[in-house]
Amino acid sequence: MTAAGWTVMLLSVGFVLCLTIFCFYRVLRTPQSNQHMHAPLDIDTHDVDT
Amino acid sequence: MAGRSRQSEPGLVQANRENWGSKIGVILAVAGSAVGLGNFLRFPGLAATHGGGVFMIPYFISMLILGIPICWVEWSMGRYGGSRGYNSAPGIFTVLWRTSYSKYFGALAILIPVVIYMYYVYIEAWCLLYALDYLSGTMSWIAEQSGLEVQTQAYQTHFDRLVGMQKNGFPAGRTLIVLGFVFLLNFYLIYRGLTRGIETFCKFAMPVLILCAIIILGRVLTLGTPNPAKPEANIDNALGFMWNPKPDATGSVWGNLANAELWLAASGQIFFSLSVGFGIILNYASYLRKDDDVALSGLTASAMNQFCEVCLGGMITVPVAFLFLGPANLTKEVLGSSMALGFNALPAVFSLMPAGRWFGAIWFFMLFTAAITSSLSMLQPAIAFFEEAFRLGRRASVTCLGFVVAMGGLVVIYFSKNLLALDTMDFWVGTVCIFMLATIQVITVGWIFGIDNARKEVQRGAELWVPYIFWFIIKYISPVYLITIFIAWCYYSIPSKIAELRALDVEDRNTVLFVLTFLVATFIFFTMLIYLSSRRWRWDTSPDPDVEKVIP
Repeated sequence: MTAAGWTVMLLSVGFVLCLTIFCFYRVLRTPQSNQHMHAPLDIDTHDVDT
Repeated sequence: MAGRSRQSEPGLVQANRENWGSKIGVILAVAGSAVGLGNFLRFPGLAATHGGGVFMIPYFISMLILGIPICWVEWSMGRYGGSRGYNSAPGIFTVLWRTSYSKYFGALAILIPVVIYMYYVYIEAWCLLYALDYLSGTMSWIAEQSGLEVQTQAYQTHFDRLVGMQKNGFPAGRTLIVLGFVFLLNFYLIYRGLTRGIETFCKFAMPVLILCAIIILGRVLTLGTPNPAKPEANIDNALGFMWNPKPDATGSVWGNLANAELWLAASGQIFFSLSVGFGIILNYASYLRKDDDVALSGLTASAMNQFCEVCLGGMITVPVAFLFLGPANLTKEVLGSSMALGFNALPAVFSLMPAGRWFGAIWFFMLFTAAITSSLSMLQPAIAFFEEAFRLGRRASVTCLGFVVAMGGLVVIYFSKNLLALDTMDFWVGTVCIFMLATIQVITVGWIFGIDNARKEVQRGAELWVPYIFWFIIKYISPVYLITIFIAWCYYSIPSKIAELRALDVEDRNTVLFVLTFLVATFIFFTMLIYLSSRRWRWDTSPDPDVEKVIP
């Protein structure tokens, strides 16, 4: 692997790890985050036939 | 002191623990929905077939100026449309852009997830088949073959036979049975409204998948030179293949970067894995409350995706493919499809691991689980459309959609030679159409709905402040970037696509033309349905109190 390759790899992996850690930190320190943060399949689509 | 004494109360400690548990649950739910086959199969295949390191440069640029900003735009567009009573893409486009023709852009947002589902469910079935093969010992039998090259060849032959790569026609009975099971399972879950149950299951399955990936990564990085007869196939060169910016024939890295298709593929992959420009987020966000967060949710989903894609998918599959298949074999022509890479390359690593049989079974089963969450979400936009356009009940909508995707699914599995149908759909819908829809969305929000209105909409209830630079990017840089790449791709790559098509033999050419006709017919079908139900999306002409008038 060349020096440029190492640079691209370290920058890419480092950036992604920092972004992930930042997001985790923000979610964990947000009060009641489970009340108003949602993942798509976690969202109730209100359209189930009764 | 008062704070300390309160902390020591057992009820509060319990409440704090539950609160932490629910917050971790939010992260796992976001990860469960975000992570899919795009991270572990599509990305490595695209990176490997587009020159490894060179692919990463447009990939990261696209992530920063397209993926994350458009993700926020799409979440807020959906939530805004939902707050006006619309859940389907035609309705959401109508409230954002109050003209009689804007609803027709919604056809693209219905077509994309439906067509991607048609081939995604097939790949989902391969994952389950591989998990079953590991459990039944079929893969162990291949692993017992002497010599790495013989093993690698045997794995490729196994995959080719499983999917029917050699000739068109329906695959072997076992493949068809598992595919039928997976197809029906998806529809059963969505028909009975059980998707939230699957999401709960994924909260537990996702950490297992990530743990598996980290263990496999550890094994890959310690592989050294697996075949002493080929000293150049070592882990250092394999990582170099993934990360070194490669020069073209003239020795210039820039020459390689001048290829418009490389930029289109990188942007397409960002959209595909983040589910941006897909129509899925647009639909799901429409069910959010007006003050629910979209900024931090969107960014966390993107971050989890990138972690699985770059740190795990890319670091495992591409180096492994280099080591066992060799760089000369990492072309689309050899692999048949970029989706095939993981199935050809990864079994070779499992054969070199202790308890590789069980590891392989867990890995492919977890991949199957991650894929199910993605495929279920692909069905929802079209179901919401049928419900909203024709006032059908959920079960009637699911049944209508079932017929449409079953027809497409049959096309994908019948035209299995070199996975030509799958690859044609993946390129024209999974890359080009997503790219077009993302362009339409960013222009609609930046220039028609208004960037100030968009900023207010994203920031409403947001747990994260979005820096002003992103609004400049959304208004000016993203549209210019998208349009420039698209024009360059049309100018430079369409002639070569036509030449490629002409170079194919008659059977393959007819397959590609048939699939393209099918895609156009499906698009016309959804456009006609929007036309027939157009009265449903007549917009209210009174001014919207939440929206400032945009002066062009």
